[in-house]
Amino acid sequence: MLRYLIRRLLWAVLLFVAVTIVTYIIFYAIPADPARLACGQRATPECIKRAAHYLGTDRPLYFQYYKFFGRLMPFSFRGGPHLKEPRLGRSFTNRQSVNSVVAHAAPVTASLVFGGAVFWMLIALPVGILSALRPRSLLDRIAMVFVLVGISAHPVWIGLLFAYFFGFKAGLFPITGYSDFFAHSGDTSAGPVQWAYHLVLPWATFAILFAALYVRMIRANVMETLNEDYVRTARAKGAPEWLVMRSHVLRNALLPVVTMLGMDIGIALGGAIFTESVYGLPGLGKTAITAIDSFDLPTTQGVVVFATLVIIVFNLIIDLLYAVIDPRIRLS
Amino acid sequence: MAMQEEMRQTALELTGDELLVAQDLKKYFPVTRGIVFQKEVASVKAVDGVSFALHEGETLGVVGESGCGKSTMARCIMKLLEPTGGKITFRGQDITKLSRAEMRPFRREMMMIFQDPYASLNPRKRVGFIVAEALQVHKLGTDAEIKRRVQELLEVVGLNPEHYNRFPHEFSGGQRQRIGVARALAVNPKLIVCDEPVSALDVSVQAQILNLLKDLQRDFNLTYIFIAHDLNVVRHISDRVMVMYLGQVVETADRNSLYQEPKHPYTGALLSAVPVPDPTVGRGRKRIVLEGDVPSPMNPPSACRFHPRCPRFVEGRCDVEEPALINRGGPASHTAKCHFPLERWPLTEAEMRTAGTAGTTETAA
Amino acid sequence: MALLEVNDLKTYFRTDDGVVRAVDGVSFSVDKGQTLGIVGESGSGKSVTCLTIMGLNSKRSAISSGSALWKGEDLLTANPRRLREIRGSEIAMIFQDPMTSLNPVHKIGDQLSEAMRLHEDVSRKQARARAVELLKAVGIPRPDRRLDDYPHQFSGGMRQRVMIAMSLINNPDLLIADEPTTALDVTTQAQILTLIERLQEEFGSAVIMITHDLGVVAEIADDVVVMYAAEVAEKGHVEQIFKKPHHPYTWGLMGSLPRLDADVERLVQIQGQPPSMLRPPTGCRFHPRCPYVMPICKEVDPELTAVSDDPGHLQACHLDEETKDREAAKLLAGMMSGQTAS
Ligand SMILES: Nc1ncnc2c1ncn2[C@@H]1O[C@H](COP(=O)(O)OP(=O)(O)O)[C@@H](O)[C@H]1O
Ligand SMILES: Nc1ncnc2c1ncn2[C@@H]1O[C@H](COP(=O)(O)OP(=O)(O)O)[C@@H](O)[C@H]1O
Ligand code: SF4
Ligand SMILES: [Mg+2]
Ligand SMILES: [Mg+2]
Repeated sequence: MLRYLIRRLLWAVLLFVAVTIVTYIIFYAIPADPARLACGQRATPECIKRAAHYLGTDRPLYFQYYKFFGRLMPFSFRGGPHLKEPRLGRSFTNRQSVNSVVAHAAPVTASLVFGGAVFWMLIALPVGILSALRPRSLLDRIAMVFVLVGISAHPVWIGLLFAYFFGFKAGLFPITGYSDFFAHSGDTSAGPVQWAYHLVLPWATFAILFAALYVRMIRANVMETLNEDYVRTARAKGAPEWLVMRSHVLRNALLPVVTMLGMDIGIALGGAIFTESVYGLPGLGKTAITAIDSFDLPTTQGVVVFATLVIIVFNLIIDLLYAVIDPRIRLS
Repeated sequence: MAMQEEMRQTALELTGDELLVAQDLKKYFPVTRGIVFQKEVASVKAVDGVSFALHEGETLGVVGESGCGKSTMARCIMKLLEPTGGKITFRGQDITKLSRAEMRPFRREMMMIFQDPYASLNPRKRVGFIVAEALQVHKLGTDAEIKRRVQELLEVVGLNPEHYNRFPHEFSGGQRQRIGVARALAVNPKLIVCDEPVSALDVSVQAQILNLLKDLQRDFNLTYIFIAHDLNVVRHISDRVMVMYLGQVVETADRNSLYQEPKHPYTGALLSAVPVPDPTVGRGRKRIVLEGDVPSPMNPPSACRFHPRCPRFVEGRCDVEEPALINRGGPASHTAKCHFPLERWPLTEAEMRTAGTAGTTETAA
Repeated sequence: MALLEVNDLKTYFRTDDGVVRAVDGVSFSVDKGQTLGIVGESGSGKSVTCLTIMGLNSKRSAISSGSALWKGEDLLTANPRRLREIRGSEIAMIFQDPMTSLNPVHKIGDQLSEAMRLHEDVSRKQARARAVELLKAVGIPRPDRRLDDYPHQFSGGMRQRVMIAMSLINNPDLLIADEPTTALDVTTQAQILTLIERLQEEFGSAVIMITHDLGVVAEIADDVVVMYAAEVAEKGHVEQIFKKPHHPYTWGLMGSLPRLDADVERLVQIQGQPPSMLRPPTGCRFHPRCPYVMPICKEVDPELTAVSDDPGHLQACHLDEETKDREAAKLLAGMMSGQTAS
């Protein structure tokens, strides 16, 4: 187990380094001249030179990367080892620190993605399990239609549809905007209720695709597990059906779902770009898009690096969780 | 050590006209440990010094429990695995060190049939394609000729040649094993290595496949290495039988001699484990039951590898001095690797033990 | 009264392709402490027969009729609650594949004690103690240390022992073993058979042993049921079946077996393969594969009738006694030809 843990950790670190190298190359080495971009439309040679020096793009590539990576690290050895704040750089457009941009946008995206994940699992678990238990029943057939629609419809389309019908026509939910989870004193427009109220439509939009995928996967896993020999063994022991389900079917059937969830939350971060645009949520996706539009390299890159780090850490957690619940991995 | 080496050599008297000779064949799988850098910490001695000679048209049976290294040995002979040591000679030519390209002409001459008729056929390929594959690889004929040959082969193994275009899942287990046989036969090989071809089949289907293999051998003068864990199956089809335990040969004999006067206690236990389909005989006798499983080949028991499970085990001898694989009575070609060979057969378990101690009088005091 | 009495048991499955007649009128009985062997090729309905008795078929697709009287109580009509009480405590079952029959995510000890705690009001500690006792009885070395191990840490033979221990934990009156040794080596098979015999003596359970190997039946069964295509082809005491087998299918099974004690050039083989149970052959279901087939065989389904002057021996074949005597004698003579003193 310890060896597994160490190996996974080393892998995660390696992956992170590799990803930062790739992003660095994509954002700083491939574009013709970031300094020119930084100077905007009215680029004088002088300005470009100054910008190049300021950005460090007049130094060799490996040195630039080294600097960049050094800034990212939460510790430094210069002047004795000590902890410091990791920095993602400063925005080209408004000189704001990318850290604070990310710090403002991340909670919005997290609310969207994790809230969405909870939302889709709340739908997928019961529907998937029930339709596995009663294949070809009415519920199962309805669920399968839902799966088909959910998989084939694009989130933007669903988002627009939802916004139009539930938000605009019915006026049930706000169409746009975000509200903080934690209320500031005297601010009535924030707080958990407002937060959830603003997010219901985005969650639903976002979760439909995944709910569909998960219904299908959970249904298939549960049906397969129901046919396992050890389930028959449990019944032959005289175990009542609820116990068979709880301790022999679900536990085994949901193991692969855990891994999938880890991967999909990563993918979902990508999907957040669409949903955030449709509902005007100030999250990482929207920040990235705005930054790309205005050629704001540090911000774009900051968001990408941050998102990568989150995905890597998340997958690490999921892997370890998997090892904890599956003895075959833990003990080998 | 030198003496044993010599004995192994003498046990293998070569006349020069053998089809296949394996000498002191070894296959060790490295066991690695390490988080980033893998270093070898031990090795699984899956095959550890196996020698035999096989003439054309003969069948060599190989028996032993799972994990005794039978499949690994077969794969080494087929050069699907690179042997760690030893020498393989096919038709007088040393093929041990041949590269893939150099092996090519030999691939046509030696084919393999596998245990699992479900797993060994590509489910997405049609039967015709599966059987024809080797013909196509070796470019043996035009498409029309190959198709005719495949249909002929299907007929030979007792399948309907019309089923050329079907997929493996449309056939039953026994039929799939026939497809495996047809595939092996396609290029007119000299040697077919059968790795437990009937272990996964019902007795009735097993009989069909055994009969088929025997008929084909007669018609095409095939040479077989036939692996199984059932002594009765092996005896039915083999001329000579080689009993393996933990990567080593513990007894070889021609089949009648092996059955009538087994020398090694392990062979005795294997023989006694086969159920006798006769209630009057079957119930009267006492099975010699071996305790536990085959030990790990990673660190095999000292001296005689069978000693921890052996009913004849004598402390101070079997666990100290490795017995040689030499003649222990009976026909000269009958060899056994045991200090206290069985005097007669059948023996009950109690007789096995007492006889074992009786035989120690001069050796262990 | 017999412990278990199965009468005209039928189980049909509804499938997309039509109705599969998996078991089609099977009757037999098992007495206390006795061993019944059920033999037949794959697909002849052996497993479904036993799963039906245990009430373990999928309720969605299986329809059963007939009766299975357990100490006089019909299991087919018993309510689910009562069935659960009987399963695992009075009738226990072990399966063919020891590698997949144990739940990979639970500890061995937990799976064993679950089997006990489902039926008896005992503490965790008591259940574990009993589990250790049984693991010891089935020959698992150092059982107290292995309770917290998971199934993948055991070999195939050891897992089958764990399954046996689990099935015996409540002292069942009947143990149904569905091909318990088919997936194992001969030596492991010998270990398991010896174990079942020994435990049967110790616990006094009756056993139904399902197998496709007549050798196994000869070694441990008292009574034998030979099944072919969902029906009983022949049944009787083991001595009767082996001394004078009456059905060409039984002859085929006997001749198929390579023997250690006889030298035959070719094995007797049963041609072809078992029929599809979607559309079983008319008349005698064995007729398309039978070397002795007569016109009547294709038309009339032979009844399971008593063999004259061999009470208790039943067979379902149209062949006349004379031919049967001759062929059976020939087969046995052929099989015994190379027999040496043993
Ligand atoms: N690729 C491999 N790597 C490591 N060990 C192996 C490998 N293949 C086989 N072994 C080990 O070698 C031994 C012999 O295996 P095998 O030849 O498959 O035996 P058999 O065919 O007699 O059952 C076993 O202990 C097995 O675990
Ligand atoms: N759940 C099921 N649905 C449909 N057919 C089944 C089912 N279970 C078994 N069968 C069919 O019933 C027949 C008997 O099967 P089984 O009792 O498992 O045979 P055996 O145990 O003798 O090998 C086979 O033809 C099999 O395909
Ligand atoms: S040498 Fe000893 S331990 Fe080995 S098989 Fe012979 S009697 Fe048994
Ligand atoms: Mg093998
Ligand atoms: Mg079965």
